[in-house]
Amino acid sequence: MTQENKTTHDTIIQTQDLSLFYGDFQALHEISLSFAQREVTALIGPSGCGKSSFLRCLNRMNDLTAGTRSEGEVVFEGKNILGKKIDVVSLRRHIGMVFQKANPFPKSIYDNVAYGLVVNGLKNRSMVAARVEKSLKQAALWEEVKDRLNKPALGLSGGQQQRLCIARALAVEPEILLMDEPASALDPIATQKIEELILELKERYTIIIVTHNMQQASRVSDTTAFFYMGKLIEVGRTNALFTKPIKKETEDYITGRFG
Amino acid sequence: MTIHLQRELDKIRHMLLSLGALTENRFKQAIRALNEMDVELAREIIDKDEEIDLKEVQIEEECLKVLALYQPVASDLRFLVVVIKINNDLERIADQAVNIAVRIKTLAGKPAPDFTCDYTPMAEKAGLMLKMSLDAFVRQDDKKAERVRQMDEEVDAMRNNAYDRIKKAISRAPDKAGYLINLFLVSRHLERMADHATNIAEEVIYMRRGEIIRHTETFD
Repeated sequence: MTQENKTTHDTIIQTQDLSLFYGDFQALHEISLSFAQREVTALIGPSGCGKSSFLRCLNRMNDLTAGTRSEGEVVFEGKNILGKKIDVVSLRRHIGMVFQKANPFPKSIYDNVAYGLVVNGLKNRSMVAARVEKSLKQAALWEEVKDRLNKPALGLSGGQQQRLCIARALAVEPEILLMDEPASALDPIATQKIEELILELKERYTIIIVTHNMQQASRVSDTTAFFYMGKLIEVGRTNALFTKPIKKETEDYITGRFG
Repeated sequence: MTIHLQRELDKIRHMLLSLGALTENRFKQAIRALNEMDVELAREIIDKDEEIDLKEVQIEEECLKVLALYQPVASDLRFLVVVIKINNDLERIADQAVNIAVRIKTLAGKPAPDFTCDYTPMAEKAGLMLKMSLDAFVRQDDKKAERVRQMDEEVDAMRNNAYDRIKKAISRAPDKAGYLINLFLVSRHLERMADHATNIAEEVIYMRRGEIIRHTETFD
């Protein structure tokens, strides 16, 4: 299943025979997949293939959905994060998430980014301010908002709101950033900004991104994993997977001959 | 969307096959002109080359259009890249037919030295390679493409043989050096045609397997 999947980086997180159930429905079937540090991995596949469900397992977002049950392991820093003793709030500080629709809090731009820091007990104001500035700069938003940090975040454009959410996720200095179709609601220029941002962020962060846009997957990712019907069909280096996929299902999906 | 892309790819396939047929025909004409030292036919080959150049440009433009509009991936992408390269090889083969025609014009009517060089076996081999490589493209037959690759060395050996013989002939009759050099160049043109047929075969192998095997050695 795995084609030449050598990376220069160490594995930071991996799943072992991960299965996920929504009540009686099995959404994921024994997925074993490892992610290299400071690389971008794209998860692709048709709607309902399980890619978003899989992503949400990686920081226990599925806990919020009633009736979910998982089997197998997700190993991060030597621990199975699916274990009962895991502190989910601290887990999500290490593994942040950005969603399809920008969801800033109805607060000021500054407070949105500072929120995670304050919740996590950082009280020193100048340290908070420094971290807010750094995060906004990392999210390539600083220049656009530095003169109106106290204005409502909801007054920003859609693309700016999404970068604000990325800044908010970065403020607590996670190691891994999960992105669930972060650009699907944005216009091409805002999309391009997000993509450029992803390429810059991978210098420091590990990024796992779910996308419906295959050109986007091919542009931003180092590794691509193709999911279909809750199964991992193929994973490989992105350039190889898009020029010469091994599995027929992958070929059919990426060339649009599906179904 | 996919149906449209498939239609575009089919159209490109037809355009390339039509250029392939035209090039094969031009090649055969060049060989006939060579055998019969037919200057009229040689002139015709030279005059008609523009038609092939035009088709080559049309095919390339179609490929670029589809690449820009559909951003194909996987086998569709490999197909288009391969068409762009085969297109170029076919045009170059036709150029070699023109080169042979130019040699014919130079050689015809000149007093021949007491020496002949029969290029029939070499022309047959190169012609067969071209036919087989185009067949391999049509049928996506990478085994046949492999055989074309192996034949290339035989054509190279024939060219080397012509070189040795003509070199000796020049030392025997230095006053006929010009004629003999032109005669040798014909073998060079045939050998180049076989090289382009080999390129086509290698491109077929890439299209099938996704492996670039150019610059690797063949055994047996």
